[in-house]
This record gives sequence, C-alpha cells and structure tokens, in this order.
Amino acid sequence: MCSLSKEKSIHVTVDVDSLRSEIRDKSVKVLDIRKEDDYKQGHIPGAINLPLASLLADDSPDKVLQYAQSFGIGDETSVVVYDDTFGALASRVAWTLEYVGHRDVSLLDVTYSTWKKLGLETSSDIPSLTKTTHSLKLQPQILATSDYLTPAKEKGAILVDNRERLNFLEQHIPGAINIPYRMLASGQNILRPKEDLKRLFQNRNIGQDSEIITYCGSVGTLSGLGYYALKSLGMNNAKLYVRSFKEWKSLDKPIEKQKDANYWDLSAE
Amino acid sequence: MSNTNLSQSKPDTAPKHKINWGRLEEAERFAEMTKLFRQGLITRDDFRRFRLQHGAYGSRMTDDYSMIRLKLPAGEVYPEQIERIADLSEQFSIGSAHVSTRQNFQLHWVALEDVSEVLRGLAEVGITTREACGNSVRSIMCSPLAGVCPDEAFDPTPYAVGATKFLLRNPLSQSLPRKFKINFTCCEKHGMARMVDIGLIPLQIEENGNLQRGFKIFLGGGLGAQSFVGHQLEPFTSEDELLYTIVSVIRIFDRLGNRDNMARARMRYLVNDMGWERFQNLVLKERAMIKMLLSVIVKLDVDKTPEVLRKISISSEIPSVSQGYARWVKSNTFKQKQSGFSTAFLTLESGDVTSNQLRAIAEIAREFTSDGQIRNGFTQDIVFRWIRDEDLPRLYSKLLEVGLANPGALTMASVVGCSGTTSCNLALTNSHRLAKEVQRKFIELKIDEDDDLRNSTIKISGCPNSCGQHEIATIGFYGGGGRLGKEMYPLYTMSLGGRSDENTTLGHTCTKVPAKRIIQTILKIVEIFKSEKKSGETLDLWIRRIVEGNGGPNVKSIDDIKELLKPVVIVPTKDQDEDFYADYGSDGSYHTKTGRGECAA
Ligand code: SF4
Repeated sequence: MCSLSKEKSIHVTVDVDSLRSEIRDKSVKVLDIRKEDDYKQGHIPGAINLPLASLLADDSPDKVLQYAQSFGIGDETSVVVYDDTFGALASRVAWTLEYVGHRDVSLLDVTYSTWKKLGLETSSDIPSLTKTTHSLKLQPQILATSDYLTPAKEKGAILVDNRERLNFLEQHIPGAINIPYRMLASGQNILRPKEDLKRLFQNRNIGQDSEIITYCGSVGTLSGLGYYALKSLGMNNAKLYVRSFKEWKSLDKPIEKQKDANYWDLSAE
Repeated sequence: MSNTNLSQSKPDTAPKHKINWGRLEEAERFAEMTKLFRQGLITRDDFRRFRLQHGAYGSRMTDDYSMIRLKLPAGEVYPEQIERIADLSEQFSIGSAHVSTRQNFQLHWVALEDVSEVLRGLAEVGITTREACGNSVRSIMCSPLAGVCPDEAFDPTPYAVGATKFLLRNPLSQSLPRKFKINFTCCEKHGMARMVDIGLIPLQIEENGNLQRGFKIFLGGGLGAQSFVGHQLEPFTSEDELLYTIVSVIRIFDRLGNRDNMARARMRYLVNDMGWERFQNLVLKERAMIKMLLSVIVKLDVDKTPEVLRKISISSEIPSVSQGYARWVKSNTFKQKQSGFSTAFLTLESGDVTSNQLRAIAEIAREFTSDGQIRNGFTQDIVFRWIRDEDLPRLYSKLLEVGLANPGALTMASVVGCSGTTSCNLALTNSHRLAKEVQRKFIELKIDEDDDLRNSTIKISGCPNSCGQHEIATIGFYGGGGRLGKEMYPLYTMSLGGRSDENTTLGHTCTKVPAKRIIQTILKIVEIFKSEKKSGETLDLWIRRIVEGNGGPNVKSIDDIKELLKPVVIVPTKDQDEDFYADYGSDGSYHTKTGRGECAA
C-alpha cells in the first residue's frame, strides 16, 4: 500500500456524484444494508448485500472480519454504505467496520429511495466477490458499555439519546439529553449541512472536544447515525453505546422519566 | 435549513404566503438568551418574560421543554408553511402538531435549546411566534368563513391582517397588564365577538346614498375563572375609526388595567369594576383625543385587492363515491355565498394532527382549493375554502386515505378539549384525552347524523381557566379533583346552555360529573331531551328553555336535570370500580398536581 492513500481524508458522507465516479473507477466497495429481497429487486450497481439482520445475528469482531474479507474488503479499501432507513442501519454497519479497525468507511448521504427518485442507475446483477485479507485492530475508544456509562458521566461525558421525543420522555437513562434522530437529517440528506448541525450542539453548549456517548432503543442504529452526525462535525471524542437502552433496562439499571404529564395523548398517531 | 423535498418537484401554482411575519434575528436572539439563561447570566423571571414574548411556554412540570405557539393572523396558512410545520414537528417536537381554539398551531415538548431552531425554520417561511403568548396583543382571529359566508356584510379578513400589521411588534402592545384578544367574525352566527377584549362584526350602512363600511364593536368580554359578555361600544364604528378605536381601548387598558392582581388583570375586570358606561365614555374620549393629537391620519393598511382565484383542474372522470360520503358532506361542508363552491371542515381529535397528515393537507390545498390556502378554524379544526362542489367526492376520498375524513365537524360530535395534563402546568385533569374519547364515542354512535344535536357543542377545559371554552358550550365541563374518603378521582363541573352567537350566554352550572361518567351523562341528557322536546326543537333550544326554568311539566329546570343525573354520577368505592379513580390516559391512581401558571390558553 502506498503511504499516500493513508493520508487521504475520509469523509463521513459521500454524495451521489462522488460515489458514481468511484463506482466507475472501481475504487470503492459499496454495501447495501437492506433486506435480501429488496436488494434482489435492484440496487446501486456493484453493491454487495449485507442485511443488517445478518450482521446482528453475530457481530463479533471475528465474524465481521470474515464478512469484510469475503467481500474483498482489505485494510485500505474504500467502503460506502447505504440503506433505506434514513441512514441509521448503514451507520450501524459502518460503525462496526470502524470498530474492527477499518478506517475508510463512509455513508452515502442519501437513501436508496432518494437515489432512485433522482433517476440514477440501478442494477439487479449480483457482483462476483474475490476474497482478500483484513487485519484486526479493535478500536475500543469508539465503544461504550453499560459499565462504562455511569463513571464516564460522572467525569463529564454527555449522554445523548437519539430516540424520538415521546419515547425519551417516557423513559431514559438518568441524565441523558435527547437529540431525536429526525433532528439530524434535512430534506433528502441523511445528515444536515454542517453549519446547521453545528448550531444544534452549540445551542446546547456542547463543546467540540466533549466526550459524547450516543444510544437509542435497542441495537445502536439511530444512535449510530447520531455518532456519525458528531463525527461529521469533527467531534471525534464520540462513542456508541451499541447495546443501548434495551440492554440497560434488562440490567435493571436506574431509569428516569418525565413525570406527571400525559404527553402521549397529544399524539395524533 | 435546506429542506428540499422531492415530492415538491411537481409544478406548483398554489400561491405562496404574501406577508412575511417572521424575523430571523428573533430566532438568533432567542438562542443567545437561552445560553445566557443556562449560564445563569439572566434571571429566570427575565428569561420567562422574554420567552413568552416570543411564543414559548414552559411545559407541564418543567421549563426544560417548551410549547411553541405560532401566530397565524386570521388563521391563514399556506401549503409550504404547513409543510414546514410538519418538518419542524417531526424534528423538534413530537411528530404531531396541535391546532388551538385561537386558530394557531402549537408544537409541544420542544427542548428549550431547540426553540431558536424552530423559530428560525418558521421565519424562513414567513411565520412568527412573536407575541403569541405573554402580556401582549395575541394573534388576531378572523372567522374561517370570512369572505365566503352568505350572511356577512363584507370580508373582514383584510382588516384582521391590517390590524396585525399595525400592532405586531408595536411598542404599544409589548407589556400590557395582561394578554389582549381581538376577534373579527363574518356574521353574528360564526364568531365569538362577545367573548374577547375586542370583538368586531362587519356592518355596512348607507350614509348620504353611499355605502359605508364599518363594524359593530364589542368590548370587555372574555372567558376565564370569571367570564363576562362584551358590551357594544356604539351602533356603528366606521372603518376610518377602526384603528383609532382599537388603539384607544388598548391605551386605556394599558393605563388602568390591574397590574397588581394577575387574577383580575384582564380588561373585562376593568370594565366590570368601572362600570360599562364609564368605560365606554373613556374610550370615546380617548379616541377623540387621539384623533386630535395625531397630525398624521393613522389608517389601517387594508389590502382590498380581491383574491385571485386559480383555475384548478377538475378531473373529467366521474368520481366514484366512497362510503360515508353523504354523511361527511352533510356534517363537514358549508355552501359558500359564491355559487358552485363549498368550504370543507376537517375535525381533528382535540386539534391534534400528525406531520404526515399536515403534508397531505398541504397537497390537498394545492390540488383542490382555488385560493390555494388553508385556514385554521375556531374549534381546533382546519378549513379548506373555495372547493368546487363537483370536487367534493374526490376530496373526501383523499381525506379518507389519510385519516382526516371523520364526520361531524360542524356538529356536537366535534368536541373541543384544551391541552390539560398533556402539557399544561395548571391542569387538574386530562381534558385533552377526554375530548378525544367523547368524540370517538359520538362518531361511533352517529350522533353527528342527528339533526336535533347539530347546533349544540361540547367543550372541555382541564381546570376552571376556560381555555377549552367550556362556558360557551351547550354542554361544558371543567376539571377538578373529587374525593371519596382518602381516594381522589378526576371530576368535572358541568355547565349547560352556553353560546357565543348574538345571544351569547355563559353556561349555568348544573352538577359535578366524574371523568369516567361524562359520556354516560351526556347521553342521559340527550335521552331526557328526546322525551321532553317539543316537535322540531333542537337540543340547544331545549336547554335554553331549561336554563330559563321553562321546561315541560316533568323536567322544568336545571335542578330537575341534576336530580335525574344523580344515579349516573354516583361515586363507587375503589374496590367496586378501580378504573373510576384513574384519569383518562393514566392507569395510576389520580392526584392533582399543578405548577406555576403561564396561562397556556
Ligand atoms: S389553564 Fe387552560 S389549558 Fe391549562 S388546563 Fe386550564 S383550561 Fe386547560
């Protein structure tokens, strides 16, 4: 590997034009995180299917490495991930790759539906794969566990809950603040423009170097998007509590609630 | 904020908002003030005043969340604005918005830190929240039928908009003793001219052979812990005198209103304490003074250019009529004075509407309304005007698809409920959910199809403060707490016979009704009415007779009704009926809890 490629800057998101030219240059591996049936009906040309459910069935580092290698992803391969769920599932996969030590991974900045609405090319061909090798360099600094949370909070870490507002009001990890995942997107893009996104954190007096831990309901998808929103602003001291609130509850840890108000009855759902 | 929405790529001929009420600077200032407040550099009270002036209330039991009230003068709102409200609700609120009884949208449970972002998003599409709360002139209302009502003298909308242009951000209206409400209506029947500080009904008279436009002006009305009906200032106030009159009234209120006692600060108390004649004299004198002192004639900026109506394409295929259409047309539409056009009302449960429904409403307005706009109504509803009669079946099926085709909008089945314990600090009961429950039950029972009940109304407030307008309802309720031994249960006080038309009357207290017996109680009243009514008599008219003590030989007065209801409102023990002791929307046992009031009307 030439050393130049190591210095190339890695973007949190790539736009459709860049991705299309990378696909033409064959300089990228594209991962499609949707269900197999959806994938078979059409996907971005050359994309490899990795349904989130398959990954979650066993997301141990060894298994993840196995996937990467079987897809032909080497240590220096550029990877772009997309889904059709506002980028949340793609984020979870991107984070997992990052965690096992794959640096060069980005999110497509739109969903597959938008890609199609834009009239861009799709294909139902399944690419042939050539196996390669990938080393394992775990990145524990981007992972938060339940044991880590409380002491980190005491030392000033900020806990961000990316679930929707009503779910947050109903119950959340004590001391967490709520940034619903919907706040992170704008229009057709899975993440807002940087200036917009930045204001949301500035308004909350959250500094650039703060340690931030994101979590959501169960498997770290919505909070995966939250994690990449932070990274897109260069807030690199971020961690994902990947087992999220589901685990927290199952461990019978303390829970906080906005009491004495019937906010659910305001919803017209 | 770039919110390019792909679905908008169709050519859009619908008009965009004409007046930009919003100010981006105010959003930025809000962000700065919030930071200063969080850093402890401004006091809670100072911040609170600022926050209210910019349309943000504290939420129930917490200042960390706000209810943001939009200010929509005359209730006018355009499709691109509705779409923005939908986006903002999804991003920063709870994914639903709420239509108030004063024609505004409210976004609940917005994090205080995000209020500035919401204000920014609104300002980008011309909407303000300025002076939507606090001790200021609140959004000026105008009947949603203004301009299309067969009984109106002329369309008052431009006057409501003109008055807003003059008063919004005007130093005159920044720190009044208390909030100040102005309503324009189209005619005697369709508004609430006598229930506000200043109520106005268009009136046209002939003077020296010329038609002269003006208003009947009512002063000093209002609902609240103590309610009053407004007094008419003079037989006719010409349009040239309109602004002078409004300014005079506000100035007198500003000078003489009770600033010491918040509970008696509304102008209606001033009028009542001083006596109407003295107050009337003061207003007339003040107006004469202002006219003399002002060297420049102050005139309302009234834009009288007629609305340009778009030609909307009507599909040539004969629409298949969806099920329930006849019922819906009868109870949700209104024939405009312009032949061939109708106005359609959407009834929302307690005024709540999802973001996706809002997007559908914007699309429908683009497709079906010739004026391309939407108006919010007076009863937590949304109104489409200028629909071609032949398009109604197609409109109905569109509404059906998005769950907005509930029948009964213009009948007793459309129930008003204030926010209650869902968000209001002063609430004692969940009036919001109760109103939803009553409406669901009534639609199920097809109450909306009963012509005897059409003109009647049911309105529910979560405490004596009347934001749910219970006092002008045929059957009104306000929440409190009841007690049996040590156990508390949610309890409402019921009043009968209120109305807000030319015979405006406040309801008379009848009896107390436990929350979980409200539906049975209303049905029992209907049952008594059915057996007692004279032929052709409607519920509201029968109740009027009862209130006056002029009922039939069996049921003569309110006391007789109270007697007949006794078995319905009986209080069981907790062992007999545990559910009775829990309010709607909660399973835990009921207790009353209130915080500091910010007057969340
Ligand atoms: S203060 Fe108003 S909104 Fe709150 S509960 Fe009372 S009547 Fe309802």
